[in-house]
Amino acid sequence: MDPRKLRLGLLLAAFATLLAFVLPLAPGASRFLSHPIWEAAAGGGVLFLLAAWMADARSSAIGIGGVLLTAATSLVLLRDPEIAGSASGGFWAIVIASWLAAAMCVINLASLRPIRVERRRMVNILVPLLFGATVFYLWEVAVRGFGVPPVLLPSPSAAAARFASSLPILTGDFVQTFVRGVLIGYAIGCGAGLLVAITAHRFEFLGRGLLPLGNFFSALPLVGIAPIMVMWFGFDWPSKAAVVALVTFFPMLVNAIAGLNAAGHIERDLMRSYAASHTQSLTKLYLPAALPFIFNALKINATLALIGAIVAEFFGTPTQGIGFRISTEAGRMAIDMVWAEIALAALAGMAFYGFVTLAERATTFWHPSYRT
Amino acid sequence: MTSSSFALPLRAPRALARHPLVERYAPIVTTVLALIAIWYIAAVAMNWSLVRDAFEREETPYTISDVLAGTMDAERPLLPAPHQIASTFFDGVFGYPPLAPRSLVYHSLVTLSATLLGFVLGAVFGIALALMIVHSRVLERSLLPWIICSQMVPILALAPIFIVVLGALGLQGLLPKSIISAYLCFFPITIGMVKGLTSPDPLQLELMHTWSADTRQILWKLRWPAAVPYLFASLKVAITISLIGAIVAELPTGAEAGIGARLLSGSYYGQTVQLWAALVAAAVLSSGLIGIVALVDRGVARRMGAH
Repeated sequence: MDPRKLRLGLLLAAFATLLAFVLPLAPGASRFLSHPIWEAAAGGGVLFLLAAWMADARSSAIGIGGVLLTAATSLVLLRDPEIAGSASGGFWAIVIASWLAAAMCVINLASLRPIRVERRRMVNILVPLLFGATVFYLWEVAVRGFGVPPVLLPSPSAAAARFASSLPILTGDFVQTFVRGVLIGYAIGCGAGLLVAITAHRFEFLGRGLLPLGNFFSALPLVGIAPIMVMWFGFDWPSKAAVVALVTFFPMLVNAIAGLNAAGHIERDLMRSYAASHTQSLTKLYLPAALPFIFNALKINATLALIGAIVAEFFGTPTQGIGFRISTEAGRMAIDMVWAEIALAALAGMAFYGFVTLAERATTFWHPSYRT
Repeated sequence: MTSSSFALPLRAPRALARHPLVERYAPIVTTVLALIAIWYIAAVAMNWSLVRDAFEREETPYTISDVLAGTMDAERPLLPAPHQIASTFFDGVFGYPPLAPRSLVYHSLVTLSATLLGFVLGAVFGIALALMIVHSRVLERSLLPWIICSQMVPILALAPIFIVVLGALGLQGLLPKSIISAYLCFFPITIGMVKGLTSPDPLQLELMHTWSADTRQILWKLRWPAAVPYLFASLKVAITISLIGAIVAELPTGAEAGIGARLLSGSYYGQTVQLWAALVAAAVLSSGLIGIVALVDRGVARRMGAH
């Protein structure tokens, strides 16, 4: 990054910190200097100046230190009932200072090209993390500083507090939706898709009939089948598992058929010349060659399965489950609980996806895309 | 001229089975027919006890063929027979004036308008985001990981909140549904377009540099044409997702019109046949939309000189 722009940005951040001492924090609030926290903001401003003076790779670390100090200052100030909800110039100057400095540090960090591999990896993780943290910080400060009613949008801290205080409910919902509905349906759907694909691969006529149909069905809005499944299998988890199984079946079928046909002619001829039986060539050649495709389907299905289970719960559940909780709490305007459930769903989805990715790394390490 | 062309024209006894049209469509037709047959058998099996109980409750004498006939046109069957669904569907489409509240055309139009508006919003937003990511290293490294992460989050779970929040802001009707559709469908477009815009290989980029092309010229003359196939591939995925988003967005709001509302009311009142007809309408809508995108894709590819 251009050091002049970096220096300018950091100097502006320091200037904004200075403004906080001049402008009022909120109409009628006491002066900033009477808050004991002002020393932290002053320290942050000094760090911004120091970073601006250096204006090179090192200034990212120093700048982030200053950002932490100013951000902490603004969060502590928000505890003051005089400021929360009616913050004005001085307070927003601190927020702008920390946002500007954070942006400068992230941009500076992102333009680094470290030579050592582990450092490059660290930067690659640090940049999106800082970006995300900044977004969450701005969300928090904006909601509490402007006094946005919690019905519209709760602050992340409120959602986190709700998450922590209602762990038993969340655990129950997680078990109901994820462990029972998603995992069982996912196993059934993916397993059935794979088995049908193997059959279709064995009998070519069936394969040529099933592939276009599978393509057609996997493009349909299959979650719409949810009310019918609720009618057939009742309110409890079997109906959710059925929806998930149906939604995951077709992507697996299509991908597995494509994967089983991915083995090269030379390898097939080799199996033939070894007089391998169909079972032998299936386990030793076709299935391993299909693994990347199968894992692709497993990854697509990981997201589809969660969506299917949650949508199925909109049509009726026992009094438990992520989708049930989201729709009832949204009706009761308890939006912080809804966000806690969404965080739960997000965590479950990412963990599920991550697990599938790890399994893929462990089993398809030989594939060209991993041998870099 | 090869020696084989002097040979007598081959008249194999199975010439019809080798005809390209037959070879292509025979498996599909067979599979579809088999599925319909399985469906009928399942309809008989699943509705059997329902119909028999009805006969026994009325204490009328009945034969097996009576029950069999009853399973084919039960009023609230567990699994309606295909011809029942077809007749309800055609009745819903052609039996009423297109704007009557009982007409499937009307409900499809409501969902279609939300889908299309959401699709356009999502496509514009997705492409703009991809352009920004491709041209800014900072955004690529800070924003892209979050976009990929959010792909693993069941975004559809957010639909009810969006409806509540937007309703509190005074937005009702078409726009909240379209926003959910747009929110759902911009991800595949962004990912596909980033892949497409970065697909020109370094050699081509260096050639543009030797001609001292600026960023905008590289974009319009190299990156954008290279990204068009990727764009259409992701548009086909996105339009289905957009339709799903519009349907699901109609669920928590209790909307009066739309395919999702049809599904919801069908499930509340146990109107199975109506439910299935709404599903068929969704399927027709989805395949029609994909077909249109595929047609545009083919036309654009031909204009751009593809064979």
